[in-house]
Amino acid sequence: MSKGSPISPSLMAAKSAGAPKAPEKVDRTADAVVDNAATLSPVLGPNNVVPPTVMTGSEAIVRSLEELGVDDIFGLPGGAILPTYDPLMASKMNHVLVRHEQGAGHAAQGYAMVTGRVGVCIATSGPGATNLVTAIMDAHMDSVPLVAITGQVSASVIGTDAFQEADIVGITMPITKHSFLVTDPNDIPHVMAEAFYLASTGRPGPVLVDIAKNAQQGTMTFSWPPKIDLPGYRPVVRGHNKQVREAARLIAAAHKPVLYVGGGVVKAHASAELRELAELTGAPVVTTLMARGAFPDSHPQHVGMPGMHGTVSAVTALQQSDLLITLGARFDDRVTGVLSTFAPHAKIIHADIDPAEISKNRTADVPIVGSVKEIIPELSEAVRNAFEQSGTPDLDGWWAFLNNLRDTYPLGWTEPDDGLSAPQRVIERIGALTGPEGIYVAGVGQHQMWAAQFIKYERPHAWLNSGGAGTMGYAVPAAMGAKVGEPDRVVWAIDGDGCFQMTNQELATCAINKIPIKVAIINNSSLGMVRQWQTLFYEGRYSNTDLNTGHDTVRIPDFVKLADAYGCAAFRCERDEDIDATIQKALEINDRPVVIDFVVSPNSMVWPMVPSGVSNDQIQVARNMTPEWEEED
Amino acid sequence: MSRHTLSVLVEDKPGVLTRVASLFARRAFNINSLAVGPTEVSGISRMTVVVDADGDLIEQVTKQLNKLINVIKIVELTSESSVQRDHILVKVRADAATRLQVTQAADLFRASVVDVSTDSVVIEATGTPEKLAALLSVLEPFGIREIVQSGTLAVGRGSRSMSDRALRSA
Repeated sequence: MSKGSPISPSLMAAKSAGAPKAPEKVDRTADAVVDNAATLSPVLGPNNVVPPTVMTGSEAIVRSLEELGVDDIFGLPGGAILPTYDPLMASKMNHVLVRHEQGAGHAAQGYAMVTGRVGVCIATSGPGATNLVTAIMDAHMDSVPLVAITGQVSASVIGTDAFQEADIVGITMPITKHSFLVTDPNDIPHVMAEAFYLASTGRPGPVLVDIAKNAQQGTMTFSWPPKIDLPGYRPVVRGHNKQVREAARLIAAAHKPVLYVGGGVVKAHASAELRELAELTGAPVVTTLMARGAFPDSHPQHVGMPGMHGTVSAVTALQQSDLLITLGARFDDRVTGVLSTFAPHAKIIHADIDPAEISKNRTADVPIVGSVKEIIPELSEAVRNAFEQSGTPDLDGWWAFLNNLRDTYPLGWTEPDDGLSAPQRVIERIGALTGPEGIYVAGVGQHQMWAAQFIKYERPHAWLNSGGAGTMGYAVPAAMGAKVGEPDRVVWAIDGDGCFQMTNQELATCAINKIPIKVAIINNSSLGMVRQWQTLFYEGRYSNTDLNTGHDTVRIPDFVKLADAYGCAAFRCERDEDIDATIQKALEINDRPVVIDFVVSPNSMVWPMVPSGVSNDQIQVARNMTPEWEEED
Repeated sequence: MSRHTLSVLVEDKPGVLTRVASLFARRAFNINSLAVGPTEVSGISRMTVVVDADGDLIEQVTKQLNKLINVIKIVELTSESSVQRDHILVKVRADAATRLQVTQAADLFRASVVDVSTDSVVIEATGTPEKLAALLSVLEPFGIREIVQSGTLAVGRGSRSMSDRALRSA
C-alpha cells in the first residue's frame, strides 16, 4: 500500500483531480476545483475549421496567427525569420515595423494591457531575439499575456555557433511562462495554439516560440483547429467553496478589514465584481501600483496606493488592519517593506490564480486558488450570508481613524526651491485635462510614482507601467502598442528624460504608421529617482545622475529638435503658466505624435516614502517627517 | 533543514531537465540528488529529486515545480512509505594481499565485484545512502580510487502506481 502523500493539496487538485489529499494539509492550503464548466475550446480565436492544406511552415505561422484571431503584430525582420515575413506581407494582419526589438516587445505588452488580448512580437534569431529579453522579463514580472516569435538558425546548424545563433529558449527559460523550439513544420499549428493558450490563461505571461529556419521553409499539412496537448497544465479558475465560506466568516468578524487589490483584478477584468464586494463589506480598498484604476479613485472607500510611495492612509490601513482581503496581489517587497513587520496584526485571506504566490512571502490564513473573476462574486455571496447570520460588522471606528489620516496626510507637493516648475503639477494637469478615459503609460522612476499618485484613475486598463521589472524605456513603445490596441483613446506616455532616451526611436514608428501618441517628458535633467536616493542616503553626492537636458545645461539632446526630426509635433514648456495651454495644444493634435519637453525642477522628490529596509510604520510624509501616530487614536 | 524525496512525472520533452534544474538554481533551492529516466508510459519520464528544505520551503519548491508546464505530477515519498535506493560504483585498491578482505567486505554489504585488475577491484552496490556510506567507510582503509554514485531512486510501497493515477486524471 503506497503511502506517497501528494504535498501541497492545492496543486495536486489542480494537476490531478483524482489524487487523494493529505487531510492534515487541506485546511491550510486551498484545495481548489478545476473548472469543469470551461469546456470551451482551448484554441483561441473563432475555431474555424480548416481542412488539410499543404503549405510552408512560414505560411502556417501566419495562418495560425490569423486563425488565433490576431489583428496586430509588432516586429522587425532578419535572416532567420525572413521566410515568415514573406507570407506576412499578404496577410490582413497589421504588422507594425519597429526600430528596435525591445520596442516590439513593450508595444505588444501595451497592446495586451489595454485590450486584454495576447500581444504578439516577432524578431529574428540571435541579437533580434536577445533584444526582446527585457520586454519578455517585464511581461513575466507583470503577468502580461505575450507571445514572442523568434526565428532560429536551421536545425542542422543549431549548436554550431552559427551566424546570429543564440539559445534564446535557454536564455529566456527563467523569464517565460513556457517556451517552445520548433524544428518540424508540422508542429507549428499546435505549438502556436498552445502558446496562445498558455499566455492568456491561468496567470498570464510571456511564451516564446523559437522557430528554426528549416521549419519555416519546409512544407507541412495545415489543418485547424489543432489539438492542444498540455497534460501538465490545468489552471484552477474556481475557488474552493469551503475556503470562500471561511473567508466570509473572517470578513464578518473583522473590525479593521482592508481589501488589498493587485494587478490580478485588472488582468481578470473583475473591477465590477470588486466594487460589489467592496460596497457590500464597506471595507477600505487599497490599489497597488499594478492595480491603479481597478477601483475608482473617486470612490469614498478608496484609501490610496500602498507601498514605498503609497499614501499614509493606504500604508497605515494595511499596517493597522486585522484582516487583509488580498485579491490578485503578491505581497511584493515594494508593498510590504520589511516583511516581518508588515501588517503584524492582520489575518490574511489570499486569493490568487497562481498557487505559488500563496504563502510565498506572507503565510495565508485562508488561501483561495482561482481567478478573482470567479472568486469575488462567490465571496460576495458568502459574505452576504455571513452578514445575515452574524450581522454587519461595525467599521465606524476604523473609518474614523482612516478618514483622519486621509484628511491629515493627503497627497501633495511643495513648490521646488529653485523656482522651476513642480513635476507633480505637470502630471496632475495632464490627468485633469485629459480625463479618466485617457490611457497613461509611465516609464520608471519619479515620474512613474507621480503619475501613479497624481492622475486620478477611474477605470481599469487606463494605467500602464513597468511594475515588477522597473524597466526604464517602457513608456514610449508601450504607449505605441496601447494606441494600436485602443486607437480611439488619448494615450499619454508620461516619461522621464532618462527613460525617454532609451527607446525614443519608436517615435519614428509612431509617426510613419500614424500612431499619434502623446509624450510628456518630465525633464528634470537627471536620473531623478536615483538622484533622490543620493540626496537622501548618499549625502547629496550625485554620482552619474546628471543628464544635462534641463535648465542651465547643454541640453543634449534637444528634445524638441529630436521630436521634430522624428516627424512629431514638439513643444517645450518651462513655466507653470504655460502648462495648461501646452497640454491643450497637444490634445488637439491627432494626426501625428506629440512630444512635450516639460522642463522641471530636479529637486522635487517623491513623497510619502518608506525608506528601503525599514518597516512601513516608518513612512515619511516629507524628509525626516513621520506622522504623529500618538495623535490618531 | 530536513531531507525530502520528490517523485516528479514530466513530459519527455527536450529541455525538461534544464527547466527543473534551473528552477532549483534560480529559486535558491538545494538539490541533494537528482535522477531521471523513462517510465512504463512512453513519453513520460520520472525524476527523483532529493531536496534539503524546511516545510514551508518544500511547499514552495513543489508549487514552483508544478508551474513548469512539462511537469505533470509531484508526490513526496517518505522513507517509511517508499523504497529508496542509491547505486554506487567504487574502485578500491586491492592487491593479492588485500583482495580477499576487500571482497569479503563487499559480500557483507551484498555488493558485488564487477571488475578485477592486479591492484584494484570495482565494487557495485545498491542501497540506502546510509548503507552505502557504511560500505564506503569499511572500504576506505584499503584506499578508494574512484567513486561514481547515482541519484536516489524511489518508489512508493504497495500496488498503487503514481503514473497510472496521474495519467488517468490528466
